[in-house]
Amino acid sequence: MKHMSPYFKAGVLLTAVLLVLIIIGQFWTPYDPEAMSSAEKLQAPSAAHWMGTDNFGRDIFSRVIRGAGTTLGIALATVILSCTAGTVIGALTGYFGGRVDAILMRFNDALTAFPSILLGLVFVSVLGGGTWNVILALSIVFTPSFARVTRSAYASVRDANYIKSARLMGAGKVRILTIHILPNIMQVLLPALTIGFNNAVLAEASMSYLGIGSMGSLGYILSDAQSMLYSAPWYALCAGGTIVLMIFGVGLMGEGLQRGEGGRYA
Amino acid sequence: MRYAVRKVLTLLMTMLIVSFLAFLAFELVSGDAAVALLGTNATQERLEALREELGLNRPFMTRYFSWLAGFFTGDLGVSFSYKIPVSGLVGQKIPATLTLSLMSFVLIVAASIPLGMWSVRWEGRKGRVWRTIDAVRTTFNQLFMSIPPFFSGILISWVFGILLRWFQPGGAFPTPAEPGRFLWHLLFPAVAIALPRVAMTVRMLRSTIIFQMNSDYVRTAISRGNDRSNVLWRHVLRNALPPVVAFLAQTMAEVVAGSIVVEQVFGVPGLGRLLLGGISGRDWPVVQSIIVILAFWVVLAGTLGDLVSQRIDPRLRLGGDGE
Repeated sequence: MKHMSPYFKAGVLLTAVLLVLIIIGQFWTPYDPEAMSSAEKLQAPSAAHWMGTDNFGRDIFSRVIRGAGTTLGIALATVILSCTAGTVIGALTGYFGGRVDAILMRFNDALTAFPSILLGLVFVSVLGGGTWNVILALSIVFTPSFARVTRSAYASVRDANYIKSARLMGAGKVRILTIHILPNIMQVLLPALTIGFNNAVLAEASMSYLGIGSMGSLGYILSDAQSMLYSAPWYALCAGGTIVLMIFGVGLMGEGLQRGEGGRYA
Repeated sequence: MRYAVRKVLTLLMTMLIVSFLAFLAFELVSGDAAVALLGTNATQERLEALREELGLNRPFMTRYFSWLAGFFTGDLGVSFSYKIPVSGLVGQKIPATLTLSLMSFVLIVAASIPLGMWSVRWEGRKGRVWRTIDAVRTTFNQLFMSIPPFFSGILISWVFGILLRWFQPGGAFPTPAEPGRFLWHLLFPAVAIALPRVAMTVRMLRSTIIFQMNSDYVRTAISRGNDRSNVLWRHVLRNALPPVVAFLAQTMAEVVAGSIVVEQVFGVPGLGRLLLGGISGRDWPVVQSIIVILAFWVVLAGTLGDLVSQRIDPRLRLGGDGE
């Protein structure tokens, strides 16, 4: 990339800061996230407690950072799984076409019409709760959107001259799909990844807010914080603000990627 | 007309498939309804009698079709937890969810079309000031897009409920019997759902409009002396609408998902609470019915979107598929 969009740079910066905080937070937090202290309950944000304390005197910053790690982990696992599965499906259907492609895409269209949170709810209620089931459910939910993007990208270069020449030179199908086409569709795959990641964070946080996702994730913390909205509004603001910043950072990256190289206007 | 008939037939087919999948999935996880209703220490005779009464001894396909028929006759089975007919439970909750969804949808359309048009007003002007304005606008747009609906709900209940005391968060929710208070209390969750969605719609509308504005017909119209805003509203908006309508159809579906979540924030007695209670209480007849109702809403929104697109896009009206 010759000229990176300022949105992309700002997004990378914000995401990197959060990422560093979250990674450190998995090994070390200023306070034990579960340690209660009756002397220090319901304190407003201060130098000692950056985000204040809750009604048990637990340090909110430590809790939020630990919870953000859970949310991030689930979202990343979901995006990796669903992007891999979606890309394989999209590559095969887009490159080979045919009847399987037609049937799968009808099915895909039907699935993408459904809001991801609703589908996630359905799958989790059938599969049962727990972190791994949430990841599995969300991965199933997000696979069609990746399959759709990669399918159309693969279909559009299927008959390009460089693919034809590769074929004439005797390149195998797997080689064409992975080495020749895949790098060329990164342009559409990368923005799709940022959108997918944000939707995964959103779906995971919503589900855990509703109490059917993973315990300890940001959504769950936020539902806990909501009950203290009178006595400790900073709790909800900080927990929710962290979700917003996570999505915002990656959203800015996506905006930058979509504006493309050097282009100031979309 | 033929287009509409085809769309309605597709809608019915999709609903048949979705309802079958929902029935099959919950049939696999739910186990014996008679045991769920009577408890594990019921006698064998009572279980048999109840199975006979509920028709659980019939073959799978027969039960599926009688369950499906229940959506028209109002017999959706008996809730495991409440031991009363599902149709009564669900019917009670539909008005709140439906009103909330429609309200936020109206808010989204009413806010995003003018905002979208306004956001392209100065598009293409050169210079540092305009670039800064564009950057600020884009950043705010992205920021609003990043707010999850349940968090905007919490923010709204903090600002308007706790700080300004316009309503009481956590208080008893008014019933549709008092329409004024009911609508007033639903306005806050509706705004919470609409807020991020407006940002997304504006962004979508804006990029569609800019794409249109770079086309030849706009240059021709302006070079013939037409007023810029006139061209924008009369020509560009019309051409930009079809993808926006498709996006709004998707929004109709998302709004319902949003209200399922946001109902929890404001304690709205709607389908969302019933659904979540059903999932945690393993009350499968309730969950099954609500999922099929929500699926019907989603598919219906898609079909309506297609029909509206066909009205406003002559290419579709003349029998093509607009591609």
